Amino acid sequence: MKYLIAALALALGATAVHAQTIKIGLVTALSGQSARAGEAITRGLAVAIDEINARGGLLGRKLELVRRDDEATPAKGVIAARELLFKEKVAVLFGGLDTPVSLAIVPIVNQEKMIFVGPWAAGTPITKNGAKENYVFRVSAVDEIVNRAMLQYSQKTFNAKNCGMILVNNPWGESNEKGLTAALNAKGMKPAGIEKFEGNDVDVVPQLTRLKAAGADCLFLVGNVGPSAQVVKSLDRMGWKPPIVSHWGPAGGRFTELAGPSAPSVHFVQTYSFFGKQTPVGTKVLKALMAKYPDIKGPGDVTPAVGVANAYDAMMLTALAIQNAGSTDGPKVREGFYKIGRYEGLIKTYERPFTPEVHDAVNENDYVWTQFIDNQILPVGMKK
Amino acid sequence: MLVTSALITGLALGSMYGLLALGFYVTYAVSSTVNFAQGSSMMLGAVFAYTLAVTFGWPFIPAALVALALCSLYGLIVERVAVRPFTRRGSSAWLMATVALGIVADNAVLFTFGKEPRGFASPWASGSMQIAGINVSYLQIAIPVVGLALAAALHLFSRKTVYGKAMLAVVQNADAARLMGINVPLAIMLAYAASTLFAGAAGIMIAPLFNVHSDMGTLFGLKAFAVAILGGITSAWGVMIAGLIFGLTESLITALLGSAYTQILSFALVIVALAVMPNGLFGRAEVKKV
Repeated sequence: MKYLIAALALALGATAVHAQTIKIGLVTALSGQSARAGEAITRGLAVAIDEINARGGLLGRKLELVRRDDEATPAKGVIAARELLFKEKVAVLFGGLDTPVSLAIVPIVNQEKMIFVGPWAAGTPITKNGAKENYVFRVSAVDEIVNRAMLQYSQKTFNAKNCGMILVNNPWGESNEKGLTAALNAKGMKPAGIEKFEGNDVDVVPQLTRLKAAGADCLFLVGNVGPSAQVVKSLDRMGWKPPIVSHWGPAGGRFTELAGPSAPSVHFVQTYSFFGKQTPVGTKVLKALMAKYPDIKGPGDVTPAVGVANAYDAMMLTALAIQNAGSTDGPKVREGFYKIGRYEGLIKTYERPFTPEVHDAVNENDYVWTQFIDNQILPVGMKK
Repeated sequence: MLVTSALITGLALGSMYGLLALGFYVTYAVSSTVNFAQGSSMMLGAVFAYTLAVTFGWPFIPAALVALALCSLYGLIVERVAVRPFTRRGSSAWLMATVALGIVADNAVLFTFGKEPRGFASPWASGSMQIAGINVSYLQIAIPVVGLALAAALHLFSRKTVYGKAMLAVVQNADAARLMGINVPLAIMLAYAASTLFAGAAGIMIAPLFNVHSDMGTLFGLKAFAVAILGGITSAWGVMIAGLIFGLTESLITALLGSAYTQILSFALVIVALAVMPNGLFGRAEVKKV
């Protein structure tokens, strides 16, 4: 009997400790080609959580990060999200790098009225999902906005007039095809061609040859690290060197190693760079990262920076929403997001970032164009 | 330019499919079994070569040779662990067991080699020459040459050597071969070692064009099986030629019609070819003598 009582006491004790924390869930790729991206999101969230906990937590409770690996697979992402929502009872769920995974999670969170925050995946329909009550927020780039920025950059920097699209064959590529076509149409232009490739394709030369034959004078590239590297290597084999304006896929891993010497030819969009003059928030976050992670010795080691920066700001804005709500109840936190006023963040100073119509806090004015130089993501032209 | 470029790409890819498919042929011919996880054997070839050449800094040739030897050893393990225990009992569970062993190998590599894909730089891949006005890397030329050379070596081995003839005897009648003093289990073991050696060679050659990671062989393995069936799994040259046809078809469809049609049309053509020629392009119908 006394063992039973002791076990009961232990269980009650454990429950009490549990109740003291607010669990923050993260479903992202922690293995495979996007593992680095998942680690970057983890670090951004962890530094923000440490900062919030050091200030006493939220609603009198400490925050606790609970992660699950989605292996960049929608089915595994859905299982992980369900586990975090229903078993771990997380208050808020954060997503990862892959648009297909986030798109698979969106209907669940909207149905369950649980908050889902995207710190990376840029697919337009993630936040513009058509739900009457939308519980999905994002602090990251958005495809349709990035696509306008890609066109603008190609014209301004390379004087491009006839760009071709080379897109990974998945929902993310599709989302960008729509966005880039719309951006071109808005300026009365058409693409030189639209070509798709599989993430596991060894040789993209046939697709690129079609674009070259169609007279493409620049390439719009959309793909994660491995696939983007395959495009660059295929271009090398062809001996064709068009300007490459890319979405931010190459930022998620060892792009220089995979793509080889032509890696710097890819100019890709980012929302933040730890290089150059930093704001006080930037200095504070970099210092915290260096203190927490021994492998970070300077800005070059915060890679991919976009994952860290987006996740940090996303966590801070979510904390403000919970504070505004005075609760972790989904519908109340959703209203809390709309009540956020001015917040001095890492990427920018946010002024009422979310409204019932706008669930994306970052726009084209916040983008930075970067390239890989010796394994580091630097603003374009910063170092030759 | 479009067609020439597609032909060169198709030949290199097709040789890879052919090499993997040869692995299916060599074990099927001797034992009527195959290692369904040929893709994993291909991945192991690339991972072993990368580890020896890049991580340990060995020169490329010794690294590649040792990697091939390790792949053959893996083939022996596949036969001993995932095939023989089941065929001995007349069970077909080797089908699932080879797949399962492949998954074990993939995951073991994931944990030991790492989660991130790695780039396997090679001077063969970066050096290039002009053919018919287009740039072709030395590796793209070397791959079909090595692929066809290995197919020719297999052909010569089976026709001109005592061991090869012994294997052919096992193919024709295992019981009669056993009665003639031929070691049938050894012939089957050697077939599995050769099968994974071919896959390993494909992995080592493709690695500089691709990247090295634990699931790099999955799609290749699937396509190679389609190629083996298309070629008629009972003909060595048949599967090699079917590999080339499949690779060329894929890249020509991509180049001429666009990438949206590649998978649909190339696999649809496989179905059509098999509907018209059920034993594959070069296979012969099995004759049951009673």
